[in-house]
Amino acid sequence: MPEAKLTTAIRKPAESVAIIDLEGEVTGFAEQMLMDAYNQASNGKTRTIILNFSRLDYMNSSGIGLLVTLLIRAQRQKQSMFACGLTEHYVQIFELTRLNEAIGIFPGEAEAVAAAA
Amino acid sequence: MTTPEPIPPPQGAWAKPVDRLKAAGIPASVNINVDGKQLAGPLRGFGQMWQKTYRLRLDNARVAPQQVVAAWRENFGSFWPKINRFYGSSSGIQPGEVALLDLAGPYGIRAPGDHGLVSTGVLVIYADEVSFSFMTPQGHMFGGMITFSAHEEDGAVIAQIQALIRANDPLYEIGARIGMVHKMEDEHWHTVLKNLGQHFGVASAVTQVNVLVDPRLRWSEVGNVRHNAAVHTGIYLALTPLRWAASLMRPKERT
Repeated sequence: MPEAKLTTAIRKPAESVAIIDLEGEVTGFAEQMLMDAYNQASNGKTRTIILNFSRLDYMNSSGIGLLVTLLIRAQRQKQSMFACGLTEHYVQIFELTRLNEAIGIFPGEAEAVAAAA
Repeated sequence: MTTPEPIPPPQGAWAKPVDRLKAAGIPASVNINVDGKQLAGPLRGFGQMWQKTYRLRLDNARVAPQQVVAAWRENFGSFWPKINRFYGSSSGIQPGEVALLDLAGPYGIRAPGDHGLVSTGVLVIYADEVSFSFMTPQGHMFGGMITFSAHEEDGAVIAQIQALIRANDPLYEIGARIGMVHKMEDEHWHTVLKNLGQHFGVASAVTQVNVLVDPRLRWSEVGNVRHNAAVHTGIYLALTPLRWAASLMRPKERT
């Protein structure tokens, strides 16, 4: 299977908030990496997961499918999911796929963290 | 050593957001459940969410994933089982295109006049060289996304169909729980992959993995039943004699 071209990093700006920085490509091959990042981010008392797409190179439809399964996992843990740093193009993709109805979209990280607090 | 230039993201691979679908100009016998419908997708469905992955290993086919997907896009409808029909637009599997589906009922039953028992459709939301995806509208059996792709793995090309779906309303969920809807779905995609394999001279077995992503029902979506394409198609077919009689009584236009 082709190698995932995605790197992730976890930050905790508050006890109840975790940010997952995504750098590279979100495709179906990144499933394990994304799920591992989520598991790491949702440790403890995390109530909101913020996906930071500001260094996203590319996302295909399998990547959108991954976000749907990630969202369902978060909802089952009674967590909210936000997205920030999306370009206008990917905001449109979220609208097309209805992800914008379940994931709060914010232009920048500060706005997302403020909304989560 | 120089760093290669990054490949720009294929933004044209995605469809533009649409409010309501329009399937004008597609030569299908019945188009009653697509025009004016909104996209449903996996987040607007009612039933349990499943991720179903069907795979076919194209051993010894000597093709690249790009060739597999190109052939798949070009011959998409012809790989379908004969009992179900796919009516794409003249431009084929392209982002933003709507296709109509004419689907048989359980055991391949079709109505008199060779009509399918469910008339519905899909929107092509994404298409690139190695994958393409559909999303379903209101009324379809499943609210979901389905992705068709090919990639190399352990020295062979794998053709894959991955559906992320939940039954769109309680009636379909009952059909899913008793196994009927999922059986029809599974048989359909197994046949498609087998026919794709035959196109490349391969007769491998199709494998399938099901994952229950979300066991919960989404009761907020119970009202989706008003769009149920099977019900609407049934009513449409039952009223065919009345439409025919009405057409006889209508004054003919002078030319």
